[in-house]
Amino acid sequence: MGEFRMPSLGADMVAGTLTEWYKHPGEAVRRGDIIAAVDTDKGSIDVEVFDDGVLEQVVVQEGQKVPVGTLLAVIRSAGEAPAASGVAPPPRAPAATVPPPAAAPVAQSEPEPAGRRLRVSPLARRLAAERGVDLASLHGSGEAGTILREDVEAAASGGRDRQDRMRRAIASAMSRSKREIPHFYLASTIDFGQASAWLARWNAERKPAERLLAAVLLLKATALALLEFPELNARWENDRVTHAAGIHIGVATSLRGGGLVVPALHYVNRQTLPALMVELRDLVQRARSGTLRSSDLADGTITVTSLGEGSADMVLGVIYPPQTAIVGFGSVAERPWVRGGAVVPRPVVTASLAADHRASDGHRGAAFLATIDRLLQSPEAL
Amino acid sequence: MTREQLKQAVLDALLAVVPEARPAQIKSAAPLRDQLDLDSMDFINFVATLDQSLGVDVPESEYGRLATLDSCVEYLSARLGIPAPSP
Repeated sequence: MGEFRMPSLGADMVAGTLTEWYKHPGEAVRRGDIIAAVDTDKGSIDVEVFDDGVLEQVVVQEGQKVPVGTLLAVIRSAGEAPAASGVAPPPRAPAATVPPPAAAPVAQSEPEPAGRRLRVSPLARRLAAERGVDLASLHGSGEAGTILREDVEAAASGGRDRQDRMRRAIASAMSRSKREIPHFYLASTIDFGQASAWLARWNAERKPAERLLAAVLLLKATALALLEFPELNARWENDRVTHAAGIHIGVATSLRGGGLVVPALHYVNRQTLPALMVELRDLVQRARSGTLRSSDLADGTITVTSLGEGSADMVLGVIYPPQTAIVGFGSVAERPWVRGGAVVPRPVVTASLAADHRASDGHRGAAFLATIDRLLQSPEAL
Repeated sequence: MTREQLKQAVLDALLAVVPEARPAQIKSAAPLRDQLDLDSMDFINFVATLDQSLGVDVPESEYGRLATLDSCVEYLSARLGIPAPSP
């Protein structure tokens, strides 16, 4: 039997509310299927299953808020005999299996009535995600208590519950980071002229839907550089650094209602620039429409924050634990630059690294930034 | 297509990118990026939506012409051959 548990969707998540089962006992499931929706401080997340088989038993009902790691359902593997009727349900995982961090303001301050089922219209669910409304806090006015669009709109006009919870979640993760991780910071300004010119040529030959953003070049260069610096694409846990198997870059994505989420692009080093652009576009769209999947949020091995056009020149990030580094890119802007003994205007970008000093050191960090610089001088090879 | 219809098409494209935008609150002469908190991804999606809905491929070098709602209508009117309103 496979166990389907409440996933950890980031260091700041201690609990989640199971809002909907998309599959029901007896239905077949395949690895990668989205079988449930979970409401977290950062929005409603579709949760995938990682086993093939049949949904044998639902342990946690819709509307229940449970700690990360709690058994939600049992998946019967393909070829396995069904459990005999009358067999006692599998025990729920004790919360101690995955203990919440000491600072757990969300779980402590918002107990959820156990067993309350949430019925939500699809439109209401989408609207709730967009407006930052906690579905679990609403009482539906529709048939059998179904939460309707009107209920969400009424709640949205009256409060900022989601934003408040998101800010508390961010505060918890960032405070933990600053308490526990000895950060060191480095920054390097990079001549982005070659990359800008290459990008302009590429985009000039293509329709808008096929054009690339500078962010894609920065992400790919970061991923390729990480191949040489695995300690920055890693986790620090149990007093040791563990290198990640793949390069999955969490992309800090701001939400219009306030706050941010950090969904991950997978295997960035292996992707072509156009494929990466497609994935980035999809990821940002899903982050902002409240339709992220659990794997989007659980898999990041390093974070990149990019401020985009017309913003600040540099950003020094706070590491998202248990990751060991965050890379920042300021705005690409034209600045005076010495080239061939003359001062010329060039587009430049300042790359920064905030890294965990337990896992790496300044010498390696500086070499990492230099590698990104070198890679960006040959954009056609990215 | 009239200029009014074009303006509505531009608003529709903006709403496709920023569903929570309130069209009535968009100031026609103020920068869209600032009003709607558009980032680079939003803007490229806006340009792609205009291409799909109006058949106007705005080159990257002319993105600056789409800074405000007014300038969008002005630029796209010229590209589509829609006459300016009579004085």
